[in-house]
Amino acid sequence: MHAYLSDREGLIIRKIPDKRGYFGAYGGRFVPETLMPALLELEKAYAVSKKDADFQAELAHLRKTYIGRPTPLYFAKRLTADLGGAKIYLKREDLAHTGAHKINNAIGQALLAKKMGKKRLIAETGAGQHGVATATGAALAGLECEIYMGSDDVARQSLNVFRMRLLGARVNEVTIGSRTLKDAINEGLRDWTANVRTTHYVMGTVFGPHPFPAMVRDFQAVIGREAKKQILASEGRLPDYLIACVGGGSNAIGLFYEFLLDTQSRSDRPITMIGVEAGGRGISAGEHAARFAGGSIGVLQGTKSYLLQDDDGNVLGTHSVSAGLDYAAVGPEHAFLKDSGRVQYSYATDDEALAAFDRLARHEGIIPALESSHALAEAIKLGPRLSKDEIIIVNLSGRGDKDVQHVARLRGEAL
Amino acid sequence: MKSRIAAKFQALRHQNRKAFIPYIMAGDPDMLRTRELVGILEDCGADIIELGVPFSDPLADGPTIQAAAQRALESGTTMHTVIDFVSSLRKCTQIPIILMTYYNSIFKYGDQRFIEDAIAAGVDGIIVPDLPPDEAQGLLQLTRKRPLDIIFLLAPTSTDERIRKVVHASRGFIYYVSITGITGSKLSLEPSIAERLAHVRAVSDLPIAVGFGISTPEDASMIAGFADGVIVGSAIVRRTSENDEDLKQYLQSLRQAIR
Ligand SMILES: Cc1ncc(COP(=O)(O)O)c(C=O)c1O
Repeated sequence: MHAYLSDREGLIIRKIPDKRGYFGAYGGRFVPETLMPALLELEKAYAVSKKDADFQAELAHLRKTYIGRPTPLYFAKRLTADLGGAKIYLKREDLAHTGAHKINNAIGQALLAKKMGKKRLIAETGAGQHGVATATGAALAGLECEIYMGSDDVARQSLNVFRMRLLGARVNEVTIGSRTLKDAINEGLRDWTANVRTTHYVMGTVFGPHPFPAMVRDFQAVIGREAKKQILASEGRLPDYLIACVGGGSNAIGLFYEFLLDTQSRSDRPITMIGVEAGGRGISAGEHAARFAGGSIGVLQGTKSYLLQDDDGNVLGTHSVSAGLDYAAVGPEHAFLKDSGRVQYSYATDDEALAAFDRLARHEGIIPALESSHALAEAIKLGPRLSKDEIIIVNLSGRGDKDVQHVARLRGEAL
Repeated sequence: MKSRIAAKFQALRHQNRKAFIPYIMAGDPDMLRTRELVGILEDCGADIIELGVPFSDPLADGPTIQAAAQRALESGTTMHTVIDFVSSLRKCTQIPIILMTYYNSIFKYGDQRFIEDAIAAGVDGIIVPDLPPDEAQGLLQLTRKRPLDIIFLLAPTSTDERIRKVVHASRGFIYYVSITGITGSKLSLEPSIAERLAHVRAVSDLPIAVGFGISTPEDASMIAGFADGVIVGSAIVRRTSENDEDLKQYLQSLRQAIR
C-alpha cells in the first residue's frame, strides 16, 4: 500500500521539529517582530515545563480528575456488524470534559500561561470547542479570557458561544474576511500583538508559529498513548488502521503520534494512518477545505504548509458543513507526514459526513461532532473492504451536541 | 552597489533633515489612482514612498489597511501589477520606492524571480512584516550586493539579542515599530522610546525610521526629534479617498512637522 519507512525517515519523525521549528520543509516562525520575543519565551517556558516534575504532576492530576482521562476506547459492535468488515473502535474524546479533545491542549497551555505569569488568555475558535476549552482553562486557572470567532461560526455553533459566556469569557465576533476560523486567527494574532506582555495566545491546533505545532501535538499525544495501551489490553495487538479528521490537525496527530514508528502486528508494514479533510461540496475552489487535495505550499499565520490559495498567494475561501474543519491551511507536521508518505490524506464531503453522523447516532447511540463524522465517513467506506480480523481505531474527537441546531436547520426542521 | 534608499538618507543627513515616508496601498481603489497619489506624495515632499501590495490576510494591519487591501484585491491588484507599475513609474520619477507585503505574496511569486523582477523594475527595498530575519536567509542571500534593501522591523518588545539580529540583517534603514500593536493603532509611545533608539544606534550606523500609529503633525514632529525618518500609513490611507486638497494640506502639514 505504501513504502516502508526508511531508517532516515524514522529518525526524522522522532526528532521533528528542528530547532527552528521545521518539520522537514514545513513550519517555522513567520510572524511580526513584536511577537518573536514572546514565541522565544514560550519555547523556553515550554521546554522547562516538560522537565518540571511539579508541572507534569499537576497536568497528570487534572487529566485524571478534571478532564476525565483516560477516555474509553469503545468497540463499536453494531456499527462493525452493520459494515461487515474490520472491527471498529472509537477513541472517545467526546467523553472528555467540555466534549472534545480540545481540552487536552487548552488545560496544558492554561497551566503554562499561569506559570509564565500571564494574566489573560485569548484564542480563536471555529466549532467553538476550542473556545469553550480555553474559557474552561481560564476559569480553572483564574485568568481572564477573550475568544475570537467568525460570525458565520457564531451563527452555526451558537450553543458553544453561550457556553463560553457562561464560563466568563468574552466572545468577539469577527465579521471580516471569511468570517470563519481563518479570520478568527488573524484577529487573535492582532490582539496578541497588542497585548503580548500580559496575554498568552492559546493556539487551538497544531498550527501557527513554532513552538505551537509541537507543543499542541505534545499535549494531544496523550490520546494515542492511551489508545495504544487500551487496544493492547482489549485485543492484545496493535491496530491496522488509524483514522482521524484533520482541521488544523491536532486530534489526528494526537492519535497518530504514538504509533508513527509502529508496524502492524501481523506484517512488517507500518500502521496505516488516514487523515480526513473536509471535502465540502466537492473539490473545486471555494467549495471545500481539503488542503492536500486542492492546495499548494504557502505561508499563512506564522507557518509554512499546504494552503488553499490562488496564483498570487491570496488565501481562498473554504466551505465545510463543519466549522472545525473549515480552514484554508493545515498543520506543518501533517504536510511533512503527507510528503513522506507516512500518513495518507483523504476527504469526506458534507453529505458523507452527515450520513455518518446519522449512522453513528442510530447504530451506537452516540451523536458525534460533525468534524469527527468526517473520520467516521472514511471508516464507513473502508471498513467493509477489510477482513473481519483487521482493526480500525477512529478518533471520535468530539460530541455532536453543539451541532444539533445546525443539522436541524440543514434539514429544515424547527426546534 | 548603494541603493537609492541609502543615498537618500545620506543626502538628508548632509542637509540635516529627516525623512518623510508615506505609505499607500497600491491599487486602492485602482492603479490609476495610485499613480495620481504617488504624484501628490512626491509634490508634497515625500522622501521615500512605501507601496503596500495587497494580501488577503494582513495580520500586522489594523482595520484601515485591511480595508484598503480588500479594495485593492477587488480591483485585481497583484504583485505582478505592482512591479509593472513601479517599472512604468521609473520613466518619470526616481523617488525611492519600497514594497510592503506579506511573505506569501513573495513566496508564491518565487523568491528569486521576485528579487530579479523587483530590481529590474526599480524597486529599492522591501518590508515584509511577517518575515523576521530568522526566516529571511533565502532572500538575504539573493539580495547580497544587489540594489534591493530588505528592511527589517524592531519592536518595543525586542530584546537585546533580537536587536543585534535585526540590526545585523537590515539594510537601507531599520524600521522601528513605535507601539506594541498593529498598524493604525492609537499612538501611545512608551516613555523609553528615545532611549531605545539610542540603544539601537549604539549597535548600528543605519538610519532608523519610526512608524505605526503616527497620525498628527504633532506626533510626527515629536518622533522626528529622535528618529531619522517618520513613516505614516493608516492616517494617509484614510484620507486618500477624500478631497485631494485636504489630503495635500494634511501631507504638507506632516512634511513641515518632520525636520
Ligand atoms: C470535535 C472537533 N474535532 C476536530 C476539530 C478539528 O481540529 P483539529 O484538526 O485540530 O483536531 C475540531 C475543531 O474545532 C473539533 O471541535
